[in-house]
Amino acid sequence: MSDSQGPIWEVFVQKKAGQPFVHCGSLHAFDKEMALQNARDLYTRRNEGMSLWVVPSAAITASSPEDIGSFFEPANDKVYRHPTFYQIPDAIGHM
Amino acid sequence: MTSQETLYTYTLRLADNALVLGQRLSEWTGHGPFLEEDLALTNIALDTFGTATSLLEYAAKVENKNRDADALAYRRNEREFCNILLVEQTNGDYAKTILRQSFIDAFNILLYTELAKSKDETLAGIAQKAIKEVSYHFRHTSSWVVRFGDGTEESHNKIQDALNELWRFTGELFEMDEVEEALVKQGIAVDAKSFQAKWETQLDELFAKATLKKPETSFMQTGGRKGLHTEHLGYMLSEMQTLPRMLPDAKW
Amino acid sequence: MENKNFEDVFEAKLVKNDMIEAKDWMPENYRKHLIRQISQHAHSEIVGMLPEGNWITRAPSLRAKKVLLAKVQDEGGHGLYLYTAAETLGTSRDELLDALHTGKAKYSSIFNYPTLTWADIGAIGWLVDGAAIMNQVMLQRTSYGPYARAMVRICKEESFHQRQGYEIMTHLSFGTKEQKEMAQDALNRWWFPTLMMFGPPDSESPNSENAIKWRIKRETNDQLRQRFVDQTVAQIEYLGLTLPDKGLKWNETKKGYDYSEPNWVEFKNVISGNGPCNKERLAARNASHKNGEWVRAAATAYAKKNAEPFMAA
Repeated sequence: MSDSQGPIWEVFVQKKAGQPFVHCGSLHAFDKEMALQNARDLYTRRNEGMSLWVVPSAAITASSPEDIGSFFEPANDKVYRHPTFYQIPDAIGHM
Repeated sequence: MTSQETLYTYTLRLADNALVLGQRLSEWTGHGPFLEEDLALTNIALDTFGTATSLLEYAAKVENKNRDADALAYRRNEREFCNILLVEQTNGDYAKTILRQSFIDAFNILLYTELAKSKDETLAGIAQKAIKEVSYHFRHTSSWVVRFGDGTEESHNKIQDALNELWRFTGELFEMDEVEEALVKQGIAVDAKSFQAKWETQLDELFAKATLKKPETSFMQTGGRKGLHTEHLGYMLSEMQTLPRMLPDAKW
Repeated sequence: MENKNFEDVFEAKLVKNDMIEAKDWMPENYRKHLIRQISQHAHSEIVGMLPEGNWITRAPSLRAKKVLLAKVQDEGGHGLYLYTAAETLGTSRDELLDALHTGKAKYSSIFNYPTLTWADIGAIGWLVDGAAIMNQVMLQRTSYGPYARAMVRICKEESFHQRQGYEIMTHLSFGTKEQKEMAQDALNRWWFPTLMMFGPPDSESPNSENAIKWRIKRETNDQLRQRFVDQTVAQIEYLGLTLPDKGLKWNETKKGYDYSEPNWVEFKNVISGNGPCNKERLAARNASHKNGEWVRAAATAYAKKNAEPFMAA
């Protein structure tokens, strides 16, 4: 949604190198340089991160709550994807 | 002037520039053009007060007259302040505030880069920390100068007006007198003249991007470094200093 | 699915303490209640910048100045987090600000009182933020996800606010005679308005019932107010200040203090526009918004000229 405050952007912060970028909030900005600067001034005032992504909210495609069943529940019974599904002799120890 | 007095004066000039500018910037807090920008400018104000505090603490130490940083900030009179005139100018509209800030940010990057090499370890340390801050400030303010210059007709006119009004205060940034000259010889102070051309080139590039025209006049206002100010400073100080002046024995 | 089924899913989530997210179905009244509550909360943060901002240029030491600046800046950030949380419910910041600027939206009554002395800055941090934190800690577990996440962030940042306020009060209370008088005067003026911040008594609170049912609020106005009084009395005693309430008495049965009710007639007046500073606060907000108009227009125009292909609308 665009208004006199500029479009909304979503901000992702990486706390330390090697860690995933995590969504930390949103802001308004009129262009991408401003979005980046605003993200820095808003969301990293207390050493929260060392790398930033900003994405126009409008560019995000999200799944719907109605999709929960068809998207995510089919994974429930695929227990063979998890290591605990398999029996390893005790003598082998950790694997 | 003893070398101690020279160092005190030099440090105090740097400190007063930061203090007075920080005070001006902080007037915007809560009144910015939109929320995100309100926070951004306040960050710049906080950095600036941080530098001011470090410099005032050092000035107090060099002076060695039982005055601390707060005493220097809150108990000196208008004529004892030695900031340049540019930083005490009223905020005006947001274009004027941003343009004034961009002049100083561009200057400070060059200043602190040199000062970081000072033989005076304290000044060098303060400068090293400040470089990172002012580099970000310039990134922020210069992007706004371009947005204003190349934005709407109204914003273009406003920032062009600000440029016409403020340009006459920029000469003082590069002034040198016996204080700086003595300290430059000792490898302590920075020779601002040495990077004046670089500063002008950088700003010319910025003005070009922002489609702004530098005023023709080369006449420059001066006096702040010697305590001769514009009328604005007195009001600012009487506001800033009111409590410590009202209750001189109180601690805060 | 019919509405009824949606409603069952929604209710089931509340029962399980699951969060409601932006795209989930929600009853229209729940959405409206949230937009009203979150935006009032956001407005309170933004208007709240003004009474404290009133002392930024007069803060009496370099340290105090930096602390106050950082604090007022935080309030702005909190307003911003909350506005974006409200925007996930289908409103816009423009709409929300417009409601504030035209006087349609409400904000916390406390910010319509003037900050007359430096001690008021201490009292606001200590009492007003102290009261706000009680509410905010509870709201970290509120049922609407984006609101709860904003509150988690806000609570983390707020943690220094009350401490800095109490620190100011400590300096003043143990300072010179004039400073101590200043501190007592501030306590006298801010105590009852602070108690009003928790809202009207439960018996007269029109929105409380729904808010509790929907798990937006988890404790009632009176419960929070009582906890605030119980916690604050000892802090006042430590400062050697006098609580401006002759009715304050320890009640052994309820293991809490009995206290006098604030003046609810005054509360209703302040809320509906007749407080000492309502007009000034709104005028200040309107002025900055209006002065910022050409700035935002410039940024819009510049962005349009330099639009990245992916941003072309």
